[in-house]
Amino acid sequence: MRIFGETLRALLSHWRQHPVQFFSVLTGLWLATGLLTGVQALNSQARDSYARASQLIGGEPQASLGAPGGGTFPQQWFIDLRRAGWPVSPVLQGRVMLKGHEEQRLQLMGIEPVSLPAGAAVAGQALAIEQVVGFFSPPGSTWISSQTLQALGLREGDRPLNLAGVALPPLQVQADMAPGVLLVDIGFAQQILGLPDQLSRLLLPKDFTASLPEPFKGQLQLKRADEENNLARLTESFHLNLDALGVLSFVVGLFIVHAAIGLALEQRRSLLRTLRACGVSARMLIACLAVELAGLALIGGVAGVVSGYLLAGVLLPDVAASLRGLYGAEVAGQLSLSLSWWFSGIGLSLIGALLAGANSLLRAARLPLLALADPQAWHQAHARWLRRQGWVAALAGVIALLALIFGDSLISGFVLMAALLIGAALALPVMLSWLLSLVSQRSRSVLGQWFVADCRQQLPALSLALMALLLAMAANIGAGSMTAGFRQTFSDWLEQRLTAELYLNPQNPAQARELHSWLNQQPQLAAVLPNWQVSIQLQGWPTDLSGIIDHPTYRQHWPLLETLGDNPWERLAKDDAVMLSEQLARRLHVQLGDHLTLPTPTGLWSPRIVGIYADYGNPKGHILVNISHLLRGWPQLTPNRFNLRIEPPSIPAFVTALQARFTLEDSRIVDQARLKGWSTQVFERTFAATAALNSLTLCVAGVALFISLLTQSQSRLGQLAPLWALGVTRRHLMLLNLGQTWLLAILTLVLALPLGIALAWCLDTVINVQAFGWRLPLRVFPLQLLQLMGLALVATLLASAWPLYRLYRTQPADLLRTFAHED
Amino acid sequence: MKIKACVLLLALLASGCDQPAPEQKGFAGLGTQAAAFTPVVPGRMFSFPADHGPHDGFRIEWWYVTANLKDDQGNEFGVQWTLFRSALKASPEVAGWQNQTIWLGHAAVTSATAHHAAERYARGGIGQAGVSVAPFNAWIDDWQLRSQATADDPLADVLLSARDRRFSYRLRLTPTGPLVLQGDRGFSQKSEQGQASYYYSQPFFRASGTLDIDGKTFQVSGPAWLDREWSSQPLTGNQTGWDWFSLHLDSGEQVMLYRMRQKDGEPYLTGTWIDARGQVQLLHAGDIILTPQDTARVAGRTMPIRWSINIPARHLDIAITALNPQAWMDLRIPYWEGPVRLGGSHAGSGYLEMTGY
Repeated sequence: MRIFGETLRALLSHWRQHPVQFFSVLTGLWLATGLLTGVQALNSQARDSYARASQLIGGEPQASLGAPGGGTFPQQWFIDLRRAGWPVSPVLQGRVMLKGHEEQRLQLMGIEPVSLPAGAAVAGQALAIEQVVGFFSPPGSTWISSQTLQALGLREGDRPLNLAGVALPPLQVQADMAPGVLLVDIGFAQQILGLPDQLSRLLLPKDFTASLPEPFKGQLQLKRADEENNLARLTESFHLNLDALGVLSFVVGLFIVHAAIGLALEQRRSLLRTLRACGVSARMLIACLAVELAGLALIGGVAGVVSGYLLAGVLLPDVAASLRGLYGAEVAGQLSLSLSWWFSGIGLSLIGALLAGANSLLRAARLPLLALADPQAWHQAHARWLRRQGWVAALAGVIALLALIFGDSLISGFVLMAALLIGAALALPVMLSWLLSLVSQRSRSVLGQWFVADCRQQLPALSLALMALLLAMAANIGAGSMTAGFRQTFSDWLEQRLTAELYLNPQNPAQARELHSWLNQQPQLAAVLPNWQVSIQLQGWPTDLSGIIDHPTYRQHWPLLETLGDNPWERLAKDDAVMLSEQLARRLHVQLGDHLTLPTPTGLWSPRIVGIYADYGNPKGHILVNISHLLRGWPQLTPNRFNLRIEPPSIPAFVTALQARFTLEDSRIVDQARLKGWSTQVFERTFAATAALNSLTLCVAGVALFISLLTQSQSRLGQLAPLWALGVTRRHLMLLNLGQTWLLAILTLVLALPLGIALAWCLDTVINVQAFGWRLPLRVFPLQLLQLMGLALVATLLASAWPLYRLYRTQPADLLRTFAHED
Repeated sequence: MKIKACVLLLALLASGCDQPAPEQKGFAGLGTQAAAFTPVVPGRMFSFPADHGPHDGFRIEWWYVTANLKDDQGNEFGVQWTLFRSALKASPEVAGWQNQTIWLGHAAVTSATAHHAAERYARGGIGQAGVSVAPFNAWIDDWQLRSQATADDPLADVLLSARDRRFSYRLRLTPTGPLVLQGDRGFSQKSEQGQASYYYSQPFFRASGTLDIDGKTFQVSGPAWLDREWSSQPLTGNQTGWDWFSLHLDSGEQVMLYRMRQKDGEPYLTGTWIDARGQVQLLHAGDIILTPQDTARVAGRTMPIRWSINIPARHLDIAITALNPQAWMDLRIPYWEGPVRLGGSHAGSGYLEMTGY
C-alpha cells in the first residue's frame, strides 16, 4: 500500500510541474462530458415531457374516439355511447390564454374522472374518490406542473382568469403533470373554453374492442394512442440529430484528452523507468496510472455534468421553441439535476478517459525497462503509426462508401457521416505529411528547408489538434451549408405556397357551414378556397388528408416536385387521383403512378398518385385530394379552414365585417404576413440550437489546438535554441513559428473545405431524407465559407498567441540551458 | 338493506361539506353527520309510484335487486343488481356537470363455481345514469331496471339487465304479491340511537330470462327481491359492518333480517317476517337467534359462510349455506354478497350480504 502511495505521489508530481497539461486533460474530459451531458439532458427533458403528456391519463397509452376532422362533437354522443355499453370517458381540449400571461401558450385539458376506466391514473396517480370529488366539486382544482406554475409567476391556490374573464379553478401543483398543460374537470373546461356540451375526444380502455354502433360510423373514428399524437415518434429524428452532435463533441473532447495524456506519458518515460528500476512492478505502475486517470475523470466528470446542465439550461428555450413549432410538443422549461445524471455523467467521463488513455496505459505497460531515454523513438514509431493510420482511414472510407450505397436508414446515414469524418481525420496527418514533403522538395533556402522539415517534426504532436480542427471545421461547413440552403429553399417555397392573403379557422362545424355560405356572398373576396381535413394513419404514420376545390390558385402557386403527365391538377380534379408530400411518398415507398390505399369509413379507396410536392417542416404526412372524393368517405365533414384571396388594402374592413357577423377569436383569423413570420421564426429557432452547438465544437477544436501548441512549445526549445544560436532573432523565430502553425492550420482548413461540402451533401441528401423525408438541393455559399475560414484562422491565431508570447519572452539563459542539457 | 357502497360519502369529507369530520366514521364512512340533508323521521306516508323515483334532499338512496335462479337442469345461480345515488350536496339536483350527485352501479352473477362482479360510476345531471318515475327507469350506462308495464303500477312488469366482460343477464320481473313496508311502516331503525332509513321492498318478484356466464348461456327462473331504501345517515359511528339476509321460504313466506355489528357492545339485530299475503310483522332482537357456524378464507379474510337462524315464535330453525363461499365483490368498495340455500325446518333460497370483515 505504501509503495502504491509513493508511486502515485511520484507520478502526480509531474502534473505539478506541468499544470497546463493537467488542465488540458481536465479540459478535454470536461468538454467531452459537458457537451454530451448537455445534449442528453435536453433530449431526456424533451422525452420526459412527451411521456408525461402521453401518459397524462391512464398511465399508459389509451385508445380514443375523435371526429375525423379533428373538431369538437356533441356531448350527447358520449351519453349515447355509454348507454350502448361503450366504456368511454370524455375529454375536451383547447388552447387557453390567461389574462396577464398572453405570451404563454397553454393547453387546457378537461377530463371526467368518474367515468375514466377503472384504475386509470391521472398524471401518474390513481385518484382516490375524495380527490375525484374535490376535483369536480366547485371550486374544483386546476392541476399544473410546478415548472409551468413558476413560468407563469403564479402561486398555488391562485385563480387566474382567461381572456374572456372566466376564472379557472384554484391552481394545484401535481408532480407528474405535463408542462404547459392545465388539467381541470370537464365541466370547468367547457366553461373556460366557451364550448358548452362539446367534447373533443372519448377515451377508451386500451384493450376494449367492438365495432362502432351504426349512428357513429363516419362521425367518430378510433385512434390508438400509440398511433395518434405520438410525439416521441415524430420527434425521433430531431433528437437523433442532437445526439449525433453531442457524440461528435464527445469524440473531439477525447482527442484532446488522448493528446495530453500521450504527451504526459512521453514526458514521464524516464520517471516511469526510474520507478520500475526502483522495484515498482509493472502491474503496480499501471494501477497507479489508472487510478490517476480515474481521478482526473472524476473531476472532469463533475465539472462536465455541471456545465452540461448549464449549457442545456441555456439552449433549452430554443430547443423547446423549435419542438413546439415543429411538432406542437410542449417541453418543460426547467431542468432538474437528478442523481442518476451525476452517475451517468461521471461514468461517461470515466469511459471517455479510459478510451482516450488506453493507448498510453498499454504503452506504459510495454515499456522496456532498460531502453535508453529516447524522445525520438516516438517520432520514429510515428512513421509506422502513420502508415497504420492510413490503412484505418482507407477502411473508414470503404465503410462510408458501403453505407452510402447500401444504407437505407438514418442510422446508416450517421454511419456514413461518422466513417467519412473519422476517415478524413485519420487521413489528415498522412496527407499533411505528404504535402509537406512535397513542399520541402521545392524549397531552396536553408531556413525554408528547416521551416518545412520542422513542420513535419511538429506534426505528430499537433496532429490530434489539427484533426479536431478539421472535424470542427467540416462540421461547421456542413451544417452551415445545410442550414443556409434549407433556409433559402424553405423561404422560396413558403413564398410560393402561402398565396392566400387571409386564413380563417372556424370554431366548429356549425360555424363552418354558416361561414362558408357567408364568405361566398362577399364581393371583395377574389376567391374562397375552403379546406377540409381528415386525420388518418397510413402504415402507422399520422397523415392529414386535405380536401380542396379545383381552382387556378393551386395551379399557379402550389409547387410540385414531380408530376404525372402535363396536367396533374386537371387529373386531381377529375380522376380518382391524389397528390402527396415528398416525405410521405418516401415513407410509404410509393411513386408517381402508383395506387395509394387509403382507409375510409366506407372501405378502402385506391386512388392514383399524380403529383408529389415539398412539404418542408411538416412531421406528418400530407395528401391532397379533390373534396368530392373526401366527402364520399366522410359525408359529414365541414371545412376546417378557409384560405381567402383578397386585396390587402381591403383586409381590415373585411375582418371588421367578419367579426361583426361571427364570434371568431383573433387566433382564428391569420393573415399571410403573420403566418410567414411565424413559420420563419419556427425555422430560425429550430436551427439556433444546432448553430450554438456547432460553434461550441469549433471552440473545442480551438482549445485543442491551443493546448497542443502550448504543450509542445516547451519541448520545442531544444529545436529552436540552435537556430537562435545561429543568429535568428527571437522575434524572427516567433514569426517562423507562427508561420508554421498557420501553414499547418491553413492546409488543414483547405482540406476541411471539400470534406465540409461532402458533409453538407450527406446532410442534404442522406440525413435529411432519412430523418425528415425531404431532400434538399446542395447549395454552397462561398461567403459563408470564407467567413468560417477567417474564424478558424482567428481561432488558430488566438490559440498560438500565448505559446508564441512565451517563446518570445524566453530568456536567452533558458535557450542556452538547452545546450547544457544535451549530452 | 344495502348501505355499503355509499362509501362515496367518504367523498364528502374531502369536498369539505358543511360539517367537521367526525372521529368515528363507521363502515365506508356511512356514519357521518348529515346536518343539511333531510332527516329520516317516523310516520312518513309512502306514495307510489312517486317513491320509486329518487328522493332529493336525502344523501343516499338505492335500487337493489337480487334473484335466486335455476335452469332446467337444476343448476343454481344468483344475480345481483344495484344502483346507488349519492348526493354530495344537500341542494336540489341541477342539470349539467355542475350536478353534485354520483351514481354507482354494482352487478354480479354467482354460480356454484363462478362469481363475477362489476361496477359502474357516473355523474348525475348529464344523462349517463339516473332514475325516472314515468316511465320508470333506473339506469347506469347500459345496465337498467326498466318498467315495461302498460298498467298503472310500473313494477307490474320490469326488465332487469346488466353486462360486463364475463357475464350478462336479461331478466323479466313480475310480482306475485304486494309491496312491503319494512320496519315501522317503512321507517327502518339501524341502531338504539335512532339512526334510520326509509325502506320498502318487493319480495314477491318472479324472475325469468337469460343469463350468460363465461360465454355459456342459461335459461333461468326463480324468486327475486327488490329493495328500496333512502336515508341521510343510516349508521352510528361505532357500527363497523353488518350481516344482512333476505330469504324466500318455499312456504311462500319471506324473511328479512340484519345484524349491525358494533365496535363495543352487542350487535343491533332486527328483521321482518312477511307472510305469503304480504302481511308484515317486525322481529326484535329477542325474537331471533342468529349464529355464525362455519367460516372460510375469502379474499384473505375469515368470513362466516354457514349460519343458523332460529325464530322460535315462527317455528323456524334453519341452516343457511352459501352457494359459492367465494362470492367476494372485488370492487372499489369490497364486500361479500351471494346466494344462499336454506335447510332445516324450512327449505328455500335467499341472499346474504356481509360487510366490514
